[in-house]
Amino acid sequence: MTRRPPEPVHLIRHRRDRALSALVEGVPYIGFMGIGFDRRGDELTAVLTYDDKLIGNPMLPAIHGGVTASFLEVSAIMELSFQMLWDEIESGRLDVEALTPETLPRLPKTIDFTVDYLRSGLPRDAYARARVNRSGRRYASVHVEAWQDNRQRLFAQATGHFLMPVRDGTAE
Amino acid sequence: MAAKMTDNGASADARGADIARIARQFIEAIPFSQALGMRLEEIGDGVAVISMPYDAALVGDPRTGVIHGGAVSALMDTCGGAAVMCHPEALAATATIDLRIDYMRPARAGERITARATCYHVTRSVAFVRAEAWDEDETRPVAAATGAFTVQRETPQGGRP
Repeated sequence: MTRRPPEPVHLIRHRRDRALSALVEGVPYIGFMGIGFDRRGDELTAVLTYDDKLIGNPMLPAIHGGVTASFLEVSAIMELSFQMLWDEIESGRLDVEALTPETLPRLPKTIDFTVDYLRSGLPRDAYARARVNRSGRRYASVHVEAWQDNRQRLFAQATGHFLMPVRDGTAE
Repeated sequence: MAAKMTDNGASADARGADIARIARQFIEAIPFSQALGMRLEEIGDGVAVISMPYDAALVGDPRTGVIHGGAVSALMDTCGGAAVMCHPEALAATATIDLRIDYMRPARAGERITARATCYHVTRSVAFVRAEAWDEDETRPVAAATGAFTVQRETPQGGRP
């Protein structure tokens, strides 16, 4: 019995990274905020690089609540989108070389988003990880946590509900 | 800012104008609000109206050109904070405890978004806020928000009660 040899690791890595960067670069607001993503397998960590323009209270100083909300929402949508596309990325069904902002698959849309501010955001880098608690054909529920220096000391968390795009093959 | 509450109408009006002036100075100096181009339209007596111009850098969906929900959140959060700061019973500084936003429809590409927040109740330590946002169609809101904010009162020691 013959078995197909495993796909070379650099091809797998390239396909995953290419898909992720197409998703990130397709959204101008992610660039405006200075948010990047670290990927380990299918696990994403969003990284918000500190910049003076992100300040909301110059007296403390603390980053703006809207920055925190944006960072959490961007992280949640990216996690959900990456997970939604993962099987297509892995199988090669999604042509990652042809991905442009115009040809990007439709992204989930936020229905509602609730941010819980636990402590003030310090003027330094922040990190976030999102967890998809439920992803159905139409709706998804995502929880996201953000921290700065200590993973155990969250400065904010959020829960959001999202409307999933109708996709080829899953269309109603 | 420790002016006493008074039933003298003229003095209360003067105090209200004072609060609004201080809140306006603070809001207009916020770096992130400036980065988003926010403009304070109205402020006073627990109500704030702030608008934000359309900017291609804030787009969340490249296919439609719709502004990212995060930028709308930032507008709502700023507007909510401003409403708290200009409430007659609140004092200068505030921070968001929680904020929930419902996105009712996408804001139309190219249009200015305006948020109006009302601080409808204040306790000793918490301010409750409701807000709505519109694009140039003022009959259908694009988003609604509810939030709780801290109320930081000065004590004689300068600490919080």
